[in-house]
Amino acid sequence: MTRIRVNTTKGISSVLTYAGLILIALFALFPFLWTLAISLTDKTVTSGVSIYDFPGSLFPKVITLNNFFAVFRDFSLNKYLWNSIVISGLSVIGTLLISALAAYPLSKLEFPGRNIIFTAILSTLVLPSETSFIVNVITLNRIGLLGTYWGVVIPIIATAFGIFLMRQAYISVPDALLEAARMDGATELQILFRVMIPLSIPSLTALGIFTLVNTWNSYFWPSIALIFNPELQPLSVAMLQLKSQLNHDPFNIAAGAMIMMIPVMIIFAFAQRFFMRGLEGAVK
Amino acid sequence: MRKSNIVFLAYAFLAPALILMAVFTFYPVIYGSWLGFTDYSQKNLSGEIPANFVGLENFKTVFADELFRTGIWNSLKYLLVVPVLQLASLGVAVLVNRQLPAITFFRAAYYVPVITSISLASVMWDWVYSKDGVLNWGIQFLVGIGNFFASLFGGKLEFQAFGWLNNPDTAIWAIMLVTFWRGFGYYMVLYLGGLQAIPLELEEAARLDGASPSQTFWRVTVPLMRPTILLCSLLSTLAAIRVLEEIIVFTNGGPLNSTYTALMYVYSKAFGSKFDFGTASAAGLLIAIVGFFLSYLNFRLTQEAPDRQRKA
Repeated sequence: MTRIRVNTTKGISSVLTYAGLILIALFALFPFLWTLAISLTDKTVTSGVSIYDFPGSLFPKVITLNNFFAVFRDFSLNKYLWNSIVISGLSVIGTLLISALAAYPLSKLEFPGRNIIFTAILSTLVLPSETSFIVNVITLNRIGLLGTYWGVVIPIIATAFGIFLMRQAYISVPDALLEAARMDGATELQILFRVMIPLSIPSLTALGIFTLVNTWNSYFWPSIALIFNPELQPLSVAMLQLKSQLNHDPFNIAAGAMIMMIPVMIIFAFAQRFFMRGLEGAVK
Repeated sequence: MRKSNIVFLAYAFLAPALILMAVFTFYPVIYGSWLGFTDYSQKNLSGEIPANFVGLENFKTVFADELFRTGIWNSLKYLLVVPVLQLASLGVAVLVNRQLPAITFFRAAYYVPVITSISLASVMWDWVYSKDGVLNWGIQFLVGIGNFFASLFGGKLEFQAFGWLNNPDTAIWAIMLVTFWRGFGYYMVLYLGGLQAIPLELEEAARLDGASPSQTFWRVTVPLMRPTILLCSLLSTLAAIRVLEEIIVFTNGGPLNSTYTALMYVYSKAFGSKFDFGTASAAGLLIAIVGFFLSYLNFRLTQEAPDRQRKA
């Protein structure tokens, strides 16, 4: 009798748990799923297809990829896509290089000033950065990089997060390995590139993926750094123009949105564990 | 290898990072503060004409400007998202911190909004919030159900559909919901990390001592999670007081300045029309002080609770 009751309570509670989980998942995914459905809808099939026809617009009757072609044709999406690729690519390479280099002396070399420098780097996490974008625009303008790809990238590639992540990875490499390499006559540069970096591939991958997704998605800084040169705007910034320019055609806007979102979703699907581990390394 | 060589190498490896940080992270804080005391504007951008020192003039302008007060007020209002977001994230983290079939799918699904760019969020949520959008449809649907019951008693419910982002009474709340949407998965992951660091034996022991699940949660889990809660609420508070991106992509401060936040003031002074960097920096400096004060307050609030418990 008691056993049965326990089982029923358990059953009900797990049904409730899953109902809750599914409800939250719908809240999280609904905007994405709806936009996906709109982007695939064939707007020419029946007269007066409306995205606001619920719940019909969630389940398109005829599926097409025409909206995706149309948005490339009407909005020169390839230009913005290319800008996004260049800016994200340069950011990833820059962040990896700078972090991998800076983390080495901070973890494995003894030199005066090491602690002060490390503290200074960490302190950037709490600096009041409210007006930094203003000064950075002035600086970039002075050195002639305002409105270029490099102008977007250079101010954002040296980060405490990246250096800290790589330092943690290097610390776990045994010193004996470095000593052995030094005995064999390896230079510090060789040790970095032949020992440390190959042994830190997981952290480098994680940092690369974080940087890629962040720069691909970022809106504010690129919109400021390219304020006088919209030609180089990445997709994330151009998206708002697309929104206002094609206001009459939500199907094409949805297709544009999906073109920007799908690469992120693919990366996320494969590299989920890096995200789910969160900032664990950096926080502790 | 000689000692001096090592020192040279160490600084050579550090140089790119240190130079970039000095120029683009530290220098802006110092020079940005200085700008607040000058009349820096478009004419100075070329670098040929130096800006003039104007003392506290900009601060007087900012304080006298009703828009700035509106901005501060709306940013403070925006802070209301913090406790809701943090409680919900912690709740969701507890919910998914179990070995259930398909739980990794749910965790991943909750993270999707986090990796959604704000510009895409603005496209999607604009449709949700529009007059013919899904939110109004959902409310109409519920009103319809409500009316079925109301009609039994001869009553009638009515709901007039409206654009949630076009209404000065609802716009800021609508944007706060998007902040919530994009935030709860992020904080869930941080809380999940904290929860998984708690030794299972502790909660087990509490259960064996006869503590109910809710007692275990409030008396064992939450106190042990204090460092994570402090970190998350600090991050969330600073993000809320500095909210800007969401505002730019959704409403640009309107309608009727109802979503005009503090940093929106800085942004529109600096890049709106006149490149008034002096006034913008002065306002930025004031917001930084508010942010600093809030961090301190947040620290005290989450730090003091255990002391009080110990005394009691």
